[in-house]
Amino acid sequence: MSGNIPVTKPPFSQTPMGELVSDFTANPFAVLGFFGLLAVIICAIFAPYIAPQNPYDLMTLDFMDGNLPPGSTGGMGQVFMLGTDDQGRDVWSSILYGLRTSLAVGAASAFIAFGIGCIVGLIAAYAGGLTDTLIMRLVELQLSFPAILIAMILVAVLGQGTDKIILALVAVQWAYYARTIRGLALVEKGREYIEATHVLGFSHFRIVLRHLLPNCIPPLIVIVTMQVASAIALEATLSFLGIGLPLTEPSLGQQIANGYGYMQAGRYWLSIFPGVALLFTIVSLNLVGDHLRDILNPKTRRQ
Amino acid sequence: MLLEIKNLEVVFPMRQGDLRVLHGIDLAVEKGEILGLVGESGSGKSVLSKAVMGLLAKPGRASGGEILFQGQDLLKADAKALRSLRGNRIAMIFQDPMATLNPVLRIDAQMLEAVQGHRKMPSAEARRLCIEALRKVGIPAPEERFLNYPHQLSGGMRQRIAIATALLNDPDLILADEATTALDVTIQAQILSEMKALCRESGTALVWVTHDLAVVSGIADRIAVMYAGRIVECGPTQEVLSRPKHPYTQGLLDSVPSAAQRGQDLRQIPGLMPSPSALPPGCAFNPRCLRAKEACRSNQPVMTQTPTGAFACFNPLSEGDRA
Amino acid sequence: MLQFLVRRLLQAVGVLAVMSLLVFVGVFAIGNPVDVMIDPAASEAERQAAIVALGLDQPMWRQYLTFVGNALQGDMGKSFVYNQSASELILSRLPATFELAVMAMLIAVAIGLPMGLWAGLKPGSWADRLLMTISIFMFSLPTFWVGLLLIMGFAVTLGWLPSGGRGETRELFGVPFAFLTWDGFQHLLLPAFNLALFKLALVLRMVRGGVREQMTSDYVAFARAKGVSETRIVFKHVLRNIMLPVITVMGLEFGNILAFAVVTESIYAWPGMGKLLINAITVLDRPVIVAYLMITVFIFIVINLIVDLTYTLLDPRVRTGGAK
Repeated sequence: MSGNIPVTKPPFSQTPMGELVSDFTANPFAVLGFFGLLAVIICAIFAPYIAPQNPYDLMTLDFMDGNLPPGSTGGMGQVFMLGTDDQGRDVWSSILYGLRTSLAVGAASAFIAFGIGCIVGLIAAYAGGLTDTLIMRLVELQLSFPAILIAMILVAVLGQGTDKIILALVAVQWAYYARTIRGLALVEKGREYIEATHVLGFSHFRIVLRHLLPNCIPPLIVIVTMQVASAIALEATLSFLGIGLPLTEPSLGQQIANGYGYMQAGRYWLSIFPGVALLFTIVSLNLVGDHLRDILNPKTRRQ
Repeated sequence: MLLEIKNLEVVFPMRQGDLRVLHGIDLAVEKGEILGLVGESGSGKSVLSKAVMGLLAKPGRASGGEILFQGQDLLKADAKALRSLRGNRIAMIFQDPMATLNPVLRIDAQMLEAVQGHRKMPSAEARRLCIEALRKVGIPAPEERFLNYPHQLSGGMRQRIAIATALLNDPDLILADEATTALDVTIQAQILSEMKALCRESGTALVWVTHDLAVVSGIADRIAVMYAGRIVECGPTQEVLSRPKHPYTQGLLDSVPSAAQRGQDLRQIPGLMPSPSALPPGCAFNPRCLRAKEACRSNQPVMTQTPTGAFACFNPLSEGDRA
Repeated sequence: MLQFLVRRLLQAVGVLAVMSLLVFVGVFAIGNPVDVMIDPAASEAERQAAIVALGLDQPMWRQYLTFVGNALQGDMGKSFVYNQSASELILSRLPATFELAVMAMLIAVAIGLPMGLWAGLKPGSWADRLLMTISIFMFSLPTFWVGLLLIMGFAVTLGWLPSGGRGETRELFGVPFAFLTWDGFQHLLLPAFNLALFKLALVLRMVRGGVREQMTSDYVAFARAKGVSETRIVFKHVLRNIMLPVITVMGLEFGNILAFAVVTESIYAWPGMGKLLINAITVLDRPVIVAYLMITVFIFIVINLIVDLTYTLLDPRVRTGGAK
């Protein structure tokens, strides 16, 4: 098929990119969220280079440095900005590694769920009829139950482990994507340019891949942002409850839970700082997602 | 004089600066008079009626001029004074009867509040008053309809209820903004003649805002024609209809189907009304005007008084042009 | 109306059937119940005897039918830990969870509604922006983390409220409730507020959006033209229109609150069914997990049914029929 068939295809987004950027930067909270998110991602990716210590390498830990409050100097002359735990583990380093785990689990589950949701949603929208009805019934059924309940049950059934947690998070999220994509695809499907591609005799697969999907992407970015945030929060909650990630990979949720025991003894830094990091991550994601939704939604768009 | 609008300016502040939608409107309504305010959509006629009510949609505001109602300048009145006038001395009827009544409140609640917001009256008496008003606008079995929810009534019925509500406090002035546009033609004609009779009976002045010259020709004493935020012609109905001075009025008349022109194509005015943000220099009508001259493209025509009315045009139609 | 009711009931039974199948497959088929339900120290003979006794040697479909049959009689097995009927165990903890959830819902509406009104009536104002940003924080803050801060702040540092437990209870219709005593009420406040935060943000946003939309509607303009005061427009006209979706969503969210109570109950040692579930999960007390699930599913279905009916009763367009 040659590239010069005159199919009129609308632009990637209804609004030009420049206007989108200027709308986005008009809200200081959104910009703040964006840079916060950027910082979190950089910290997570480069954690081994940024962290002063590898908190899981027992060789680098010194019991003499244990239980130091924030700002203390250790035996080797190093400064523990956010203090240490009872094994002399640097809290700041733990947070960076924990962030890495939390973000990886959250992002991985969101993207797998996104992929599955995309496929299922597009099948439902494109096939229609009984297939559509069955899929959507399943989706609605699942969405009528709270995510945390489903996740807890799956963990109870599957057992613990990083892969199991990701599986549980995927199971919780896929239905959101499927429903959204189906809705978007149904709208796009009815548009003239898709009908035009039918007339031109493109294969179904090609139509879905090349024409339907790209037009659903902008609203999906919003949902992915928000879903990554909720996946991170959910993982932290499960870990806090002691049914989340294994102890060998302490995510932020686990650090908060472990540190909580020491809180009443006055060692607030073990729980508070990982909590702040978690909060910062989730809030950044939500600020960005919330504002993106506002500017992508023509109804609430400013005049 | 009941209502006197002097040099009224209305602006909508925008990111790029103030957008002027009304340019020095002068208009007067006498006691008991029926005035037809005519213009295409976008001419500013709805903005004008909302300005009189003090109900301009935010962030719109009157930036100059006066609106004198019984000698009181409404633009200077505070919110409380305005509220005591609205629905009491000045009432308004809106275009879409499906949307003007609150869907989750019964008719009785929505009518009673219009009475009891303005005068102290025992509940039973207020109910009698409302039901009487419903009967007056031709609603069958008003006692039952009074207890209905809006969705149980037809569009025509709902508009009659809105009219009955407007009449409740015997206002001195009613503003009707495209009040019959959303209704069937037969119901439209019925309501028009009923409105006329009711206003005549009670001595209420009526400003009937519409895009449809044919609608006002049967009801109005006087007609004012608006174009792009200005009044371009006004005068007694007969005068304006039979001897229009402004080419725009003539254009509107030509586009009304009538028996006299049977068999001929309707003549449409070429082009579109300019948006308030892109007004041409000179007379705003000049790009669409077949009679436009050099002066029309550079200067703003001012109102020229005639024995019975006024018009704003450098090159008005004379007897010879209409022959 | 009757037809509607019957159809909804049939749907509910259908959902219940599907869920029972899913729960069965999830808990009994995917995991190996033999490993879990039988003492690992038991001899091979004992194991075989136990497998027969538990019916685990039967084909899958027969096991399912047995499971459903027992469940219908309220028998979902005995808790390994407490050695008493799992369903009775759950039901005995239900009032505590319900009490917590209802209180949280009340707090969410009592605070979220006025805040949403305030923000919605002044769109773009500093109050609106502030409240919207706060609501994002409320959405973002993980429940357990807020819980820790609340305990640290109000219980440990300030000492105003107890940090956990249910406190003194008093019986009402034979069921013990904490909110009836001052001590119990104090114990209830912190966990209920904690649980309410998320829903509070939801109510706030919904009401704000609703107010913004309704205030520009024609019926509000008409009410103004009638000379109705702004106060009456907001509280009589606009609020009436907004309450309908708010009540519906809050009804549906009630189930969600029940589920999230798991977290709050764990933090505050509130003796509800969520706390029971977490304990059951950590020790793999499967009958309790199953009983919790089935009872929760049942509650969910009942709630959805009630919400549907309430909606029908509240909306005059549905109630009086013949909407045009």
